[in-house]
Parts: sequence; structure tokens; C-alpha cells
Amino acid sequence: MTITADHIEEAAYQIMKKAAIDIPDDYLTGIEAMADKETGDLSAFVLSAMLDNYRAATEDRRPMCADTGLPRYYVKVGDNADMKSMVALDAALRKATANATHDVPLRPNRVHPLWRTEHNNNLGINAPEVEWSFEPDADWIDITTVHKGGLFGSDYRMLFPGDGIDGIKRFLLDTLIAFGKRGLACQPAIVGVGIGGSKDTCMQLGKQAACLRVVGDRNPDPEIAKLEHEFKELGNSIGMGAMGFVGSSMVVDCHIEVGYTHTGGMPVSVHTFCLSSRRATARIHSNGEITYRTDPRWFTPYMRREGIT
Amino acid sequence: MSQATKRKTHHLTVPVSASDIGKLKPGDIVYLEGVVYTAREGVYDRVLGKGHDLPIPDLAPISNVNFHCSPAASQSEDGSYVIGGVTATASFRFSKWMAHWLDLTDTKIVIGKGGMPKDDYAKILAPRGAVYLTTVGYGTGALLGRGVVGVRDVFWLSDLGIAQAMWMFDVRAFGPFIVDSDLEGNSLFAQHNDAIADHINSLYEGLKPPALSRYGETDDRKDEVM
Repeated sequence: MTITADHIEEAAYQIMKKAAIDIPDDYLTGIEAMADKETGDLSAFVLSAMLDNYRAATEDRRPMCADTGLPRYYVKVGDNADMKSMVALDAALRKATANATHDVPLRPNRVHPLWRTEHNNNLGINAPEVEWSFEPDADWIDITTVHKGGLFGSDYRMLFPGDGIDGIKRFLLDTLIAFGKRGLACQPAIVGVGIGGSKDTCMQLGKQAACLRVVGDRNPDPEIAKLEHEFKELGNSIGMGAMGFVGSSMVVDCHIEVGYTHTGGMPVSVHTFCLSSRRATARIHSNGEITYRTDPRWFTPYMRREGIT
Repeated sequence: MSQATKRKTHHLTVPVSASDIGKLKPGDIVYLEGVVYTAREGVYDRVLGKGHDLPIPDLAPISNVNFHCSPAASQSEDGSYVIGGVTATASFRFSKWMAHWLDLTDTKIVIGKGGMPKDDYAKILAPRGAVYLTTVGYGTGALLGRGVVGVRDVFWLSDLGIAQAMWMFDVRAFGPFIVDSDLEGNSLFAQHNDAIADHINSLYEGLKPPALSRYGETDDRKDEVM
């Protein structure tokens, strides 16, 4: 049985809709817990309005946020998946993006960076981004879409080994405070921290940590898992809540991903996945059946290349 | 949530009267009914920068509420518009246009994301009898989308695109919005920033200094990097 471009297009179209409309359960549960604990009255009001908004979006089948962000895809191809053409897969993703943009409707956000020209369909040069990974001993294809805002809340800094954990905390605080003011980061957010790799890998790891792991998930390295908890507490101790009002609701959860890096450096990136954390995943099975979920399961042991081989 | 229900809430009719504006205090909640128009850099530049006439010469009697917004909209085959979600865009970028725009249109409420500099409230909005409301969250796109009951008109759609066109929305129970500035030029955001700022230095206490200094650790561009 072969997986066809039609299967891919259907799956991608449906996850574009689901991501835009339905808040993932893990994030919803996280926000409900924060709302219960929030003592800042304005920050609490904001969280309460957001919970109303998630319900309205699902009831009306309308997008939870009108800023579509930059819709993009993460594709994980099972090593035994029978998909004849990866070019056809890519074309199907583009077609689904344009159709979902019109039908949901999603705001066409994509413009040329210099000439500001647009095609009203969220397609363009190098857009949408499609990132690829592979999984051994599997015959399915997983497609995840993420709609993340892009203007505020992410930053990169080259630190050095001597900066240590203190340096990372300093940078994390700088980023959260700078973008948390007036709520430009649309917090409380899932904060992703990328540590190591080359500069571009560092950005990519932090972005994936924010967007492709669910609230409550922990890094398999117990020491990194402890840091995730510590960074979350640090963010929530700033004194800033939703919209930058006095409060404690800044970080719903913190995820860290690492990559081996240059012996002299320690690059770090910080990313915030916002109050409208939009992600949805489809698995296209080898018989053409499509199943949907909200946990991308992107960081498999193979993905992290745990161990040396 | 008990705190959430305690806030003073105003249901205002657009065009909004001077006496209604005068009642708004920072932190109050507002819902609107009537007509709200969108205008951001595309519209400002066309009218104030390039000198085009307003598409409606006498705008204020229809709407004196300017929303910094780009809707998620699409056109149906019968020519009508489907409005899905409605979310504000960050207002600080439009600061330079505000004085002329308020003078030209007699707008009294500006709605957007994140507020504007406190000085703008004291020097530009308040003296013109105008206040700023912020959207909540900033992602209550579905609640605001529900509040848009119709598209009365849209101008310059083909020239400026969906995001930048001037939309005229018929709205009902349109909100919630939080009052940021009042007629005295106060700013809710600035008040909260000040309250949080007192505590910020203590967060860095005990963390060792960075190996290499750069912007972020120092704001003085003349400083050495190490």
C-alpha cells in the first residue's frame, strides 16, 4: 500500500484547521492551573478571558487568534514508509496551506521581506518552511504544523563555557523581561531553550523545544530536566504575568534541547510559544488511514541520537 | 475567578460620547456596540503620507473608534466576507501618525496591542479627548470575531491587501478590552512596569558577570566589551 499525495494533502489541510482552532489539551490544562494560582488581578482577568476565547474558538470553529503567525511544517518520515515522491509530498503541503488559508479563513501573513508583496495564501519564496526528520523501523509519515507568531519573544546569544548556568539564566531573564513587558511575547508561554550546536542549529533546537514538546514533558537527561524546572520557576518569579501586568504567569513550561557544540562556545537561544500555542499532528499510516493528535512526538530517542552511534 | 469578576465594566455605544470617554479609568473593562474601523500603517501612509482623501469624508459620526487590527478574512463567491478571528497588532509602531490622524478623523478611542508610549497619552491622546484600549491576551481572536456581526464596508482592499485594508465592522458586545490610558494621560502598562521594575535587579543578584559584555548587559554603546 502506498501513501499518496492526496493523503498528505488531506492530512495537512485538517491539521492546519485543527491547529488554528483547537487549543492543545496539555497547554489548556497548564493555563487552567496557572489561572488558579495567579494572584495578580489583571493577569488573572487576562487568563480567564483567554479560557473563554479557547471555548469560543472551538464552539464557533473559528481561529483562536487572527494572527496566523508563520504556518510551517515538521515532517517525520518512517524509514519503511512507501511514499514515491517527496517532491509531491512538498507540493501537497503547499496546496493544503493555500486551501486552508482561504477556507478557515486564516490571515494571509506571508509577504516578501523587501517588497511586501503577497499572494493571499501564506505561500512564497522559502515559505512555508518544511523541516524533515526520519524514524527507523516505521512505515508511517507524521506531519506537524505549528502556527507561531514571529515578531517578539525569541533571541540568540553566543555565550562561553565560563558563563555556565548563570550565563544562561542571565540571558533567559533578559529575554523574558524584554519581551514580557506589555505582554509582547503573549505570555504565559511554553519557553524553549536551545543550547549548543552551531548558531543555526541552536536556534532550530530552541524553536523545536518550544513548539514540538508538550506541557509536562521532561528532557530524558535528569540534570537537564532539573534545569527545565528551575528555569520555569525563575521565569515565574520575575513578578510579571500575562500582558506584562503584575503577576506570576510567565512560563507554562520550559523545554531544553541540547546539541554538541564548539569546544570554545556555548550558544543559547530562547523562544516563547504564545497564549495561542497552535500545533497539530497527523499520522498517515501505510494503509492510507490518517489519525490526529496534538503531541508531535518529534524528539524520539533516534531524533536526539542518544548514545554515540 | 473571583478577581476577574470584580473589574468595572462599561458597555459603550459607538460613536462614543465625550462623557462616556471621561468615565473610563485604567484597568476598567470595555465592550463596544456600533461601528469600528481598522486603520494601521497602510491606511495612515495612504492618507497622511501620500495625501489621499479619506474614503468616507465624515467618518466620526459613523465611527470614532480606530482599531489597529488585521482580521483573518476571506471573500465568499457571492462577494460577502467571512470574518474568522480578529486580533490587534502592536500599536507603538504607529505613534508618529497619531496626532494628525486624531485631528483629521476626530477619533476618540484607539484600540490595539500593547499600548503606546506614556508620553503619547499625555501629549497627543488626552489633550484631544482620546483614550487607548488594549485587547486582552493578545489572542482573544475568537471572542472578538464573534463580536463582529457584519462587514459594513471595506476600502482599498485590492491596493493594500486583507491585512492593511480599511475595514468597517458592525460590532455587538465587541470585547473585552482593557482601558490603558485615561483623559489625565495615565497609563496602566506604565504603572505595572514601574511596579515590576523595582524587583528586577534582585533577580540578577548572585549571578556571575558575563564573560563577554554586549548590548543587553550594558546600554552604553561607548563601553568596552570586556
